[in-house]
Amino acid sequence: MSLTMTVSPDFSPDHISDWYIFNTCLQRRLDTGIHLELYSGFDEQRKAIANDEIDLIYANPFDAAMLVREKGFSAVARPGGKADEAIVAVSEDSDINDVEELSPGITVVSAEDPEVHLMGMIMLEPADLTRDNIELKQVQNYVLVAKELFRGQADVGFFLAEAYQDLSRMVRSRLRPLIESQISVIHHSLLVGPRLAGRREEIQQRLVEMSEDEKGRGVLDTLGFDAWEPIEQEDTEFMIDLMDTLGA
Amino acid sequence: MEDMRPEDVSGDYREAELTFYDGTRRKVLVTDEEVPYPDGKLIVSRTDTKGVITHANQAFVDMSGYTEDELVGQPHYILRHPDMPREAFADLWNVVENRQQWHGYVKNLRKDGCHYWVYATVIPNVRDGEIVGYTSVRRKPSRRKVEESEALYASMRGEED
Repeated sequence: MSLTMTVSPDFSPDHISDWYIFNTCLQRRLDTGIHLELYSGFDEQRKAIANDEIDLIYANPFDAAMLVREKGFSAVARPGGKADEAIVAVSEDSDINDVEELSPGITVVSAEDPEVHLMGMIMLEPADLTRDNIELKQVQNYVLVAKELFRGQADVGFFLAEAYQDLSRMVRSRLRPLIESQISVIHHSLLVGPRLAGRREEIQQRLVEMSEDEKGRGVLDTLGFDAWEPIEQEDTEFMIDLMDTLGA
Repeated sequence: MEDMRPEDVSGDYREAELTFYDGTRRKVLVTDEEVPYPDGKLIVSRTDTKGVITHANQAFVDMSGYTEDELVGQPHYILRHPDMPREAFADLWNVVENRQQWHGYVKNLRKDGCHYWVYATVIPNVRDGEIVGYTSVRRKPSRRKVEESEALYASMRGEED
């Protein structure tokens, strides 16, 4: 059986080679061939999911909720010491210093990342901004979000905090964060599809063991993780409940 | 539930007695001071089916003024402010017991008698077809919504009296 793994397209391009190294490591530990397929955008990845082409996925919680509910996936592990946070930023020369100074009619630029978009929109709520009274521009990635801001094509932009930190120093110097979320309870997770349901426990054990040896720790370190922490059914249910409340 | 204690409250306060849905009464001490909702944070808590707190995140602990140990095991109405109309919470329970999401603007009472406003969402946690508890997430509301809610709740309380 040929297996395919993919990673949520919100990861930093700097980590492409790290995910290939992780996949090689995982294949050895599971003694199973796994093909890593990386998609440049969410649309492309969603098509592959819809066509049941994916067996393992490192997904943001928004997609994870959909995968569990609609595609029979099961969450196995999440990265320790790593939570998903979002940043709302403006161009360095913007007159805006506080979210509450923003007014209806502004242009918001967002990457095609549903989780970060959700967190970003929540952070605009104190200014009475909703999807109904902003202009939304969606672009492919966070570098383009930054460009839209410093070209004056948008008033505020949403970033995954990790992706913001991964922008080059020069790009960051032309931006200014207005607010950063401190949610702490939202995480990406690694999920297995129905074809791997019978190996869920084994995969979880191999992932958790990774931080117990030097080689595994090295692989995790390049991805910015301390370890894989096991996820139980109730953790997944809670995450889905949480995403439901945030989308409300 | 214990009454609020004057030694926990800073500054001038007024007293009120609240009666909750289960008949419990509590004397609360209320100041006029509002504590601003912290930017970028979410308050998350979970309760059992009776509304007793089972989990509280750090933002909840920080904003409520209680310790985690003081919160877990207590009914969620430990945060009830006397300016909130009873009808708002009756509506909340009606909605979530019917497996729907409830949203609303809520004025919460802290241990020190101050208050904070939130935009709250409550959803039932359904496991194997049964409601096993509720999750509530609170986020920062806009000032306009807070002012509208203050006026609305004052008129609702007027009708309740």
